[in-house]
Amino acid sequence: MSEINVKPEASGRAAKLAKDLVSGNALIPVLAVLASFVVGGILIALSNENVQAAAGYFFARPGDLFNAVWQSVFGAYEALFRGSIYNYQADNFGDGILSLTQTLAYATPITIAGLGLAVAFRSGLFNIGGTGQIIFGAVASAVVALYLPIWPGPLHFLVAILAGVLGGALFGGFVGFLKATTGANEVIVTIMFNYVAVFMLHYSLTTWLKAPLALNPQSSPLPQDTLYPLLAGTKYPLHAGFIVMLLAVAGVWWLMNRSSVGFHFKALGHNPSASRVAGINIGRTYFLVMAVSGALAGLAGTSQILGTEKYLGTGVAATYGFDAITVALLGRSNPIGVLAAGLLFGGLRAGAVTMQANQNVPIDIVYVVQSMIVLFIAAPPLVRSIFFMPKSKEAKA
Amino acid sequence: MKLELRGITKRFGSLVANSDVSLTVMPGEIHCLLGENGAGKSTLMNVLYGLYQAEAGEILLDDKVVKFAGPGDAMAAGIGMVHQHFMLIPVFTVAENVILGHEPTKFGGVLDMAAARAKVREISDQFGFDLDPDAIVGDLPVGVQQRVEIVKALISNAKVLVFDEPTAVLTPQETDELMTIMRALRERGTAIVFITHKLREVKEVADKITVLRLGKVVGEASPKDSANDLASMMVGRAVDLEGSKTAAKPGKASFVVAGLSAENRSGTKVLDDVSFEIHDGEILVIAGVQGNGQTELTEAILGLQSSTAGSIQLNGQELLGRSVKSVLDMGVGFVPEDRTEDGLVADFTIAENLMLDRADRKPFVSGLNLQLKYLRELATKLVSDFDVRTQSIETKAGKLSGGNQQKVVLARELSRELKLLVASQPTRGLDVGSIEFVHEQIVKTRDSGLPVLIVATELDEAVQLGDRIAVMYRGKIVGIVPSSTPRAVLGQMMAGIS
Repeated sequence: MSEINVKPEASGRAAKLAKDLVSGNALIPVLAVLASFVVGGILIALSNENVQAAAGYFFARPGDLFNAVWQSVFGAYEALFRGSIYNYQADNFGDGILSLTQTLAYATPITIAGLGLAVAFRSGLFNIGGTGQIIFGAVASAVVALYLPIWPGPLHFLVAILAGVLGGALFGGFVGFLKATTGANEVIVTIMFNYVAVFMLHYSLTTWLKAPLALNPQSSPLPQDTLYPLLAGTKYPLHAGFIVMLLAVAGVWWLMNRSSVGFHFKALGHNPSASRVAGINIGRTYFLVMAVSGALAGLAGTSQILGTEKYLGTGVAATYGFDAITVALLGRSNPIGVLAAGLLFGGLRAGAVTMQANQNVPIDIVYVVQSMIVLFIAAPPLVRSIFFMPKSKEAKA
Repeated sequence: MKLELRGITKRFGSLVANSDVSLTVMPGEIHCLLGENGAGKSTLMNVLYGLYQAEAGEILLDDKVVKFAGPGDAMAAGIGMVHQHFMLIPVFTVAENVILGHEPTKFGGVLDMAAARAKVREISDQFGFDLDPDAIVGDLPVGVQQRVEIVKALISNAKVLVFDEPTAVLTPQETDELMTIMRALRERGTAIVFITHKLREVKEVADKITVLRLGKVVGEASPKDSANDLASMMVGRAVDLEGSKTAAKPGKASFVVAGLSAENRSGTKVLDDVSFEIHDGEILVIAGVQGNGQTELTEAILGLQSSTAGSIQLNGQELLGRSVKSVLDMGVGFVPEDRTEDGLVADFTIAENLMLDRADRKPFVSGLNLQLKYLRELATKLVSDFDVRTQSIETKAGKLSGGNQQKVVLARELSRELKLLVASQPTRGLDVGSIEFVHEQIVKTRDSGLPVLIVATELDEAVQLGDRIAVMYRGKIVGIVPSSTPRAVLGQMMAGIS
């Protein structure tokens, strides 16, 4: 492939994405989150039965309505806090901090996959295939964990992780290869590959990968020695995948800011024509970007099955593939930003359960908040006008 | 109609684009507004055209103060503008374009195309434009499209015509024809403002010259003044336009192109049996109107053009069939014609751009770790050696002026170990000061004993830089001649007449 003379596509779209990600106002993501919580609050109030009842006799006793609104919104967000950071109603510190470890456990796959997509976005490639790459990584990892039990424990564990990384890298890299050789649009290919991955997973789990006695499409439990070690005892869901996530954050930072490979990635993202003229092999770089991106998604898959679920099921990728896109955008595709966004999403995930259990707030509200974040980020002008911020330079010109 | 601008001041934030600018243009006069890029010429004309509102000053037409809220007011008052970038709809006919905005109608609002055609013919005949009202504008050559723009201005009875850098897109022949048209308009009593930075044209047609520098009028000049004097006024210091180029001392023919042919995607021949050789210590200029195969030629040398036949040899080694990286490794320095698209990554810093083609080589990288300390040192040195005017090497390349961007590209290319320098329109869009610097660097490269290939679309540059000139037309080399060849002959060759 090294000699293929790839013509980059018009640089406009990809370069604009890369530029927007890097040069945008850092306040926008914060405000987008804030605005989404406000919208979420409104929905919580509207869907609350007490509020609806109080609205019925608003003109008789208006105070009741305001009280009900306050109760419902404050109660919901208070529950969200208890479920995601610290449950101060618990008997002891050990029980209270359980919430935070749940947040960290949820945040792990989202953040790692988000890092993968961030690498692609910074390089001007819209990798929408997080879901598929997570699934492929998870399947490769599970197969190694289940069917190659010949090695001693630690080695088996490492090989299982490596298999997941490779699985994701191959699945992602193949898209890069297609783009380099045929000019295929990576957006369409990755979206379609998500379907391929989802249905192949389902097929595998109902046939050759299916646990012999299971009723549901799922694999046998993965061997104990292939699982991520728990970090804080069996009471807490926090596992070593969290450490891997932190290493991945540092690794991606180094890759994109300190390595020659990342320099080429960014050059391609910002200006493919100039990269080509500067002798950078565009085709190979497309392949590498997608392989690295997919590898991280695959790693996220391993943390899901070898850390949290401990078996391979159809829900392995859940919504992580798409959450990762949001996380990468919210974090401006900057590793530290992605970490922050990943923790936020992990917290939303963990807190939503408590919110539903305690306050009877539907868990979907959290999805609405997440979607609103995407909407607000995708529409910076909207965020700007809501918060009376000055126009961007480009909008003025 | 007499046009007078008095004390026009226009600010953009803290930037003063025009400061107390005054200008008087009499009917039947060609008044040149001369100045470098960014001197405030276009801003001034946009104030006149009602696109900008001035903070201070007034506009007088026939000694009466007028105020324009927009271009519509200006047009109604008899001011017409021929823009640098044509405001034409390519799929419309000439007549349709000309009447756009003030369409003649018959009873019941029916478009009166017959009247439109007649009007176009009338004006076309009056000035010898030779326009077919029913031709589709997109099919016409650039020079003819420009005449459509002029007709558009004349049809609304413009008494003052502003030409904004009108020759930038024209061939030498078309430029001559435009000059003739401008003279004809002058005879008819039109007041003409001619914005340009090309001294040759100024000297040819101007009756009066006003020189702008950094938003201020630095003085009036006469077309009889020497080009060097005019350039000095424009730049604000002594300028040597002819350059101090000594005669070339050519060595062996080290760069040989033989029988080079290439087709584009639709199968049209874009390079047709191109052959030439360049000696060590010699500059060969490929002259021609843009789009006659020059881009494809430089791309073929660099390994960017895939479907090529023939041979390109540098010091006996074949370049064709190699990857871009391997061509660069053989010592080919390349200055692309579009520096913002192909030469630089606008969002990267100056320092990052300086290692764009070498980020994976020692000493820029060790293992996979970029050596940022080395890069900073090198960038600091190159920025001072190549006189890049910037506050910091961390400034984004996109924020630099065109001249400084080109210096960054040159610094990157010339700081490598070179065996050949290829530069495509190296001074396109640059101001006089930067042109001087770029030309110096190119001649210096030649004098160090390298073969140099320059692609030029302007005769001035071709004659000034070239030791020999190869004229290209429709993918073919029409002829290779010494740079002392008369311009008229070169111009004819560029039009395909050999």
